Amino acid sequence: MLPIIFVVPVFQMILLTYAANLEMKGISMAVVDQDYSQASRQLVSHFKGSPFFEINFVTNNYQEAEDELTNDNVDVILHMQHDFEKNLYREKYTDLQLVVNAINATEAGLINAYCTQIITAFNNQGNKAVLEIIPRYWYNPLLDFKIYMFSGILVIIVTLIGMLLTALNLVREKEMGTTEQINVTPIRKYQFIMAKLLPFMVIALFELAFGLLIGRLLFGLPIVGSLGLLFLFTCVYLLTVLGIGLFLSTISNTQQQLMYMAFFFMLTFILMSGVFTPADSMPAWAQKINLANPVAYFMRVIRMILLKGSGFADISREFYSLCLYATLILTLAITNYRKTT
Amino acid sequence: MSLIIDHVEKSYDAVKALKKVNFEVNDGELFGLIGPDGAGKTTLFRIMASLVIPDAGHCLIQGHNVVKDYREVRKIIGYMPGRFSLYMDLSVEENLAFYAQVFGTTVDENYDLIRDVYEQIAPFKKRLAGKLSGGMKQKLALSCALIHRPEVLILDEPTTGVDAVSRMEFWDMLKKIQKEGITIVVSTPYMDEAELCDRVGLIQKGSLLEITDPSKPYDKDETQLFSLKSKRGIYTCLERVRRLEECRHAWLFGDQLHVTLRSERDAIQIKSILDSWDDSTLEWTKITPTIEDRFMGLIERETEKSHNNGETI
Repeated sequence: MLPIIFVVPVFQMILLTYAANLEMKGISMAVVDQDYSQASRQLVSHFKGSPFFEINFVTNNYQEAEDELTNDNVDVILHMQHDFEKNLYREKYTDLQLVVNAINATEAGLINAYCTQIITAFNNQGNKAVLEIIPRYWYNPLLDFKIYMFSGILVIIVTLIGMLLTALNLVREKEMGTTEQINVTPIRKYQFIMAKLLPFMVIALFELAFGLLIGRLLFGLPIVGSLGLLFLFTCVYLLTVLGIGLFLSTISNTQQQLMYMAFFFMLTFILMSGVFTPADSMPAWAQKINLANPVAYFMRVIRMILLKGSGFADISREFYSLCLYATLILTLAITNYRKTT
Repeated sequence: MSLIIDHVEKSYDAVKALKKVNFEVNDGELFGLIGPDGAGKTTLFRIMASLVIPDAGHCLIQGHNVVKDYREVRKIIGYMPGRFSLYMDLSVEENLAFYAQVFGTTVDENYDLIRDVYEQIAPFKKRLAGKLSGGMKQKLALSCALIHRPEVLILDEPTTGVDAVSRMEFWDMLKKIQKEGITIVVSTPYMDEAELCDRVGLIQKGSLLEITDPSKPYDKDETQLFSLKSKRGIYTCLERVRRLEECRHAWLFGDQLHVTLRSERDAIQIKSILDSWDDSTLEWTKITPTIEDRFMGLIERETEKSHNNGETI
């Protein structure tokens, strides 16, 4: 079991950081050029020059391009009509059509954003009086997606160990019947539960340290803030998720029941935590629900400490919220754990 | 009194697991509780071990109420559940040391008490408990239940699934433990083990039918008991006997039938009926009943009673 606890997360960290990447490269594009002008060729060359686009189909018939899109050969169509250049120079205004395959909404949004950027750049070329916006990305200047992903995956791994392993361990004892013998001993409830909590807490903390090391060596993960603060916060966070795991194990009798419930909670918690999509863009009611989501707190705080270097004052609200959360859920778990029936 | 069970009742949903069970166990006694599967033995034992709270009635161990003073109770009992409940992934000696520590004692302190039992499994002390044979698991479980020198030992079907030789060894060990002054309450589905107890209670469908001393003869037994042997299919024989009006109860006993009659006058009557069956291998003899016969008779009578009352099981 012990090697599994360590080998699997490393695998996960490396694989997911590279794989679960929101950067898109090699977007397949079809160009419908009905103008054959200098301007239209120039715009196309802008796309050609970008590492994100590959122009795989060029035609002057829009219908052909649309067929390519419906056959899933291209992701996006750039359509320039025959008076594209004329209008551009005479009216200073021209129409341009962009057709994006939106089967995957996130992908479509990204393609659209990339295209818009290139078109804006093209626009600004002939027009010197336009304001040029040069964005600076704070805390992640190169917009390195891997850093962002890695911190999120670290949270998932720590949560997985904290919540699932502890809960499974306790239910397994129920299933094996070993609780029957332990329950008639003078051991007190809190002693038993503490003994169940501590080893997994140590494993999870070790896993975090191990993960940070890998992140630092492999992905150049910045550790701007205080590691001590991060570990302190993680301890409180772990008490909360361990408490949830324990609570779930007190209300289930078999590992099967537990797995079902734990998965339900974990999937909801993780998907709502802002690991892939920003939690701030969720509807207001969902953000209210997120107040009960410990993973969301940790997700926010780990990024704040690692990338931004936030101090205790910046994360105090999250810290005290989780302290309260941990106290409540652990009390619930301990009172709900019954030595008798 | 080491153990007082006072009108204990327990139901699981619609099923009445225990119906007003009432008995007492003396200090230093080896008390057996016997009954078929599903009679309520395990429920009763779990109540004694403070794991189940009875719906009604009281259970006192050495004067401590198992519900209110469960902490005291847990210090003075040794409980061995019917299912092996030690840690399979710990070795034999680790399990023993663990339970000693949990009870705030050490293996050395009470080693003299468990020596006889533990020495039999000591050669395997490095082996994982999960890899032991059934008989050795029982011995380890007994060692762990004894390690804190309990005053009352509660053993739920300790010999179920254990081979005949190990069963006898196990009972020898129980006798030795009893000599140390420890009160033992043990349940078993095996009738032959009942004879080894000081007193035996018979439990059936949640009711305690009778408590007897196996060493005393059954003088109050009102009906005579006969054994019937036949070399021509004992089952057809059983069905034929049961159809006879004179037969009160008949049941299988090893390779023979045991039969009770409705009245003593029927003894002559039945002899002539059996002769008319024209089976030369038939052997009909009057015998003295064993405790098993006594209990089988009781159980048959109870079943009959509940049939007459229109009760469903």
